[in-house]
Amino acid sequence: MLTLSHYLMASGILFSLGLAGVMLRRNIIIVFMCLEMMLSATNLSLVAFSRYGLVQGHVNYQAQILVFFIITVAAAEVAVGLAIIVALFRAKQTTHSEDLNSLKF
Amino acid sequence: MQLTLFWFFSLLMIAFGACVVVLRNPVACALSLVASFLALAALFVTLDAYFIAIIQVLVTAGAVMVLFLFIIMLLNLKAEERRSVKLGAMLGGGLIVGCFLELLSSTLSTSPLFSQTLPPLTEPVHSDVAMIGLTLFRSFNLPFQVIGVLLLVATIGVVLLSRQTLK
Repeated sequence: MLTLSHYLMASGILFSLGLAGVMLRRNIIIVFMCLEMMLSATNLSLVAFSRYGLVQGHVNYQAQILVFFIITVAAAEVAVGLAIIVALFRAKQTTHSEDLNSLKF
Repeated sequence: MQLTLFWFFSLLMIAFGACVVVLRNPVACALSLVASFLALAALFVTLDAYFIAIIQVLVTAGAVMVLFLFIIMLLNLKAEERRSVKLGAMLGGGLIVGCFLELLSSTLSTSPLFSQTLPPLTEPVHSDVAMIGLTLFRSFNLPFQVIGVLLLVATIGVVLLSRQTLK
């Protein structure tokens, strides 16, 4: 049978893949994509909790509102982060994190 | 049936997620992430969260990933050349991820709360979207407007950032 721990484990595996990507990859854009993946993994566990912890026979909608806010904040974060990456690329002509080793330029 | 769908979509999601970490071409990474997000939206549907599944497809897999692809193509990024792999970083990353997964699986096996099966839903009065709208505007009106201000600030910030180059 399909249990809550199935969904939590799938969400945990996706989260740890994103974490591994953030730590192992050197391209800033791909690091940023892995951050998106981690945020979506948290959304999966929140939605699973909302489906398994019913309120009066209904899905817990407060959890889904939180997911909605997380998606909104993630979209805002992507917009700002990509603008910073473009500005960085204009200044340094690279998106490789090992080539960006000075604090001030 | 639901178990089959769960395994199919979660394996698809994890496989494409692994592609994002492994592949070298940024465009291939972005497209794998789109596929991973679509499988995640299907998992949301198996959890009866239809509205969340639709905005996952529209906002995250659609708008956000198009923005990523747009930036990748604007910056004209090529596939990374092979650089020397730092063994310490690999080992450290693997260790942290392994510890996290081990902790998660041991936590999930301790409590019987996590092994409950899917409880049946009562027949809803309103549709899913209507219930989310009612909750959003009744109980979460202030956070909703704060999020609106956040989006406005982010938009202004992006315009300012893209107008001037870093000195």
